[in-house]
Amino acid sequence: MVRLLALMAFLIMGAVASLAAHAAGVPKPVIKIENPGQCIAATEDMRVNHMNMLGHQRDRSLRQGIRGEKANLNGCINCHASKTTGSVIGKDGFCESCHTYTAVKVDCWQCHQPKAGYKAAGIKP
Amino acid sequence: MTEPNDKSRRGFLGAAAVGAAGLGVAAIAPGLHLIEVSQASAPSQGASSKVRWGMLIDTTKCASGCDACVKACNTENGINEVLKDPRQASQWIRKIDLKDPKSGIAHSLPMMCQHCEHPPCVDVCPTGASMKRADGIVLVDRHTCIGCRYCMLACPYKARSFVHMTLTEQNPEVPRGQGCVESCTFCVQRVDKGQIPACVEACANAEHNAMLFGDLNDLNSAIAQRVAQVKTTQVRADLKLNVGVRYQGI
Amino acid sequence: MMIQQQTKTDDGAFYFALAVGGLISAIGVAAALYMEIMGHQVSGMNNQVFWGLPHVFGIFLIVAASGVLNVASIGSVFGKKAYKPRGPLSGLLAIVLLAAGLAIIMLDLGRADRVIIAATHVNLTSVFGWNMILYPVFFGLVGLYVWTLMDRSKNQYSKTVGTAAFIWRLVMTTGTGSIFGFIIARQAYQSAILAPMFIILSFAWGLAIFLIVQEIMYARSKMELHPQLRARMKNLLGVFIGAVLYFVAVYHLTNVYYAKQFEFTHFILVSGGIFPLLFWGGFVLLGSVVPLLLLYAPGFNENKGSVTAASYLTIAGGLFLLFVFIIGGQAYPLDMFPGMQVTSSFFDGKVDSYTPSLPEILLSVGGFAIAFTMTLVGVRVLRFMPQDDVAKLQSAGYLHD
Repeated sequence: MVRLLALMAFLIMGAVASLAAHAAGVPKPVIKIENPGQCIAATEDMRVNHMNMLGHQRDRSLRQGIRGEKANLNGCINCHASKTTGSVIGKDGFCESCHTYTAVKVDCWQCHQPKAGYKAAGIKP
Repeated sequence: MTEPNDKSRRGFLGAAAVGAAGLGVAAIAPGLHLIEVSQASAPSQGASSKVRWGMLIDTTKCASGCDACVKACNTENGINEVLKDPRQASQWIRKIDLKDPKSGIAHSLPMMCQHCEHPPCVDVCPTGASMKRADGIVLVDRHTCIGCRYCMLACPYKARSFVHMTLTEQNPEVPRGQGCVESCTFCVQRVDKGQIPACVEACANAEHNAMLFGDLNDLNSAIAQRVAQVKTTQVRADLKLNVGVRYQGI
Repeated sequence: MMIQQQTKTDDGAFYFALAVGGLISAIGVAAALYMEIMGHQVSGMNNQVFWGLPHVFGIFLIVAASGVLNVASIGSVFGKKAYKPRGPLSGLLAIVLLAAGLAIIMLDLGRADRVIIAATHVNLTSVFGWNMILYPVFFGLVGLYVWTLMDRSKNQYSKTVGTAAFIWRLVMTTGTGSIFGFIIARQAYQSAILAPMFIILSFAWGLAIFLIVQEIMYARSKMELHPQLRARMKNLLGVFIGAVLYFVAVYHLTNVYYAKQFEFTHFILVSGGIFPLLFWGGFVLLGSVVPLLLLYAPGFNENKGSVTAASYLTIAGGLFLLFVFIIGGQAYPLDMFPGMQVTSSFFDGKVDSYTPSLPEILLSVGGFAIAFTMTLVGVRVLRFMPQDDVAKLQSAGYLHD
């Protein structure tokens, strides 16, 4: 009984906290278009389908060596990187702000460089 | 020796690029930016099974103590992380010094992924992340690599490295990251643009000219002609893997 | 009918054991998470020895999982009555050990977060790829098997399902042995004998674990295993330990005579520092000779403590053997240029060393704790206690002196 009460109290607290967060309003994503003009497809299409475009392209690019397709991650980064940070991630980064808002975790940046035109220096092993 | 030996392919790519750029320019409209022009060019045809990329290393020209190829590889591929234990560091290409204890004859040579025709790493990979392109380049698809390291056990050349820490200093064209296995890609990002691998270029710039890159299937290529003329060795030829990297002089 | 009755175990001890097991398991998982966040730089593994202690413990549990099912198979497939009541416990342990072993291996992956890819992208030329099919089917078959054993209305199917599980288990351990057996690159592996050797290893390790669990359950329930039954199982363990020694000897002989791996065999058996020490001292002496003495030497062999001690030593010997096999096999340099002296910046031609770091040790021990905790809960909620109808066994001639 005690345990049940504790569980209920915990659940209620959780619900209250989540309501409070909603009342305060989850900050809307900052969508700053650094290079106004035409993207490779209409905005609605990009919002819904960019992951499919990139997902299929990445397999063609890596496995079949087909380069220079319309949809490609470096193309996205080069156009959408912030002019101040040079990156598509970070707090208001083009990719990150939306992905934080929609709570969709992406793996891209564990391997891909999120900064446009970045030049890494090699070292002697 | 370091001239690109795949002139026809390069020429084709060049022509295609010019043609595509022309189309891009023709289609250009007010308000469009240059960046979109590059995106508008037609995608390349991709790796062809008619091509077999390979490398011939002349150990008689390779200088002991010279590591120009290693440095160039690290720069090109953004291998720049520092690990406390050097045994945990990634090495896509390394210099090996050999000495015959009987005759005392010494050799120096670069060792990297041998881009086998029958790669054991591809056989053992549980997810198919280890893969071979139609043109013989063996790669790791980091999108499906789970970091089990079985390929490292299977590779007879110790060509594969496991990334032991978080990386942030990658080059945009060479993605690589923590928890995945990686190895020499023959600088696939350069080869697909019609260029030669960074190590081969660096070897020529150091005036050693010990490395030759090209299409083993193209009988007119410099590498195919040299392989036909001189005695070349495949390391661990007993395994019958038919490697893409051949050595001369050992 | 004289069936020994299970007495109620005390709650306090159960919850205490559950808390300890759960805590060690949780620490193990936390250690894996730490490695996942920091990268494997916090492990003792490196680019020469890239399979470490977690693989030793994980593979041990996976192999033992297959072997522990032997007890059930002997009962329902081969019709030995003394083993029949032990079938359900044997099945439970098979499931638990495989789950715990896989947990260690998967938590150690470089990208453990993507483990689902292993199930969605299966490369059938890979022995690991086969395992993605072998393991889930094993879980399913053994689960079904335990059901047919425990549900009286389904008893009639137990022989059929048991036979299927028995065959599947042999295939599965062939797969585990072949993880190494098909590796052509390295001197330590590439041997067809590894598949049958792993099957024999599984028999010994599985039975040792079973005997320990059974002994603890009986002690906790204040029950006494019939001495003749213990003698039967003790003799079986002895046979298995002997068979393991035989296979390991043939493996090394094959390496020397057939594969001409003189340097490697000399390294692993004589000159390789820690590896020969663990092989001879750990596996041969502590893990095989001493248990055999405990099982057969007059004065010891009547004692139930000596059977349990022999079982623990068999497990320790198994871990030593796998350590030498897995770590030693990687520490020995690849022979790319036969007859040449090789040096490089990447440690070519150099024997490597490996010292497990704390997170790896915690993960490995945590895996054993997961198995312990799951078993504890399993035997608590369902009747897995082997209960013998001694009179019936006696009249069937199973309990001769």
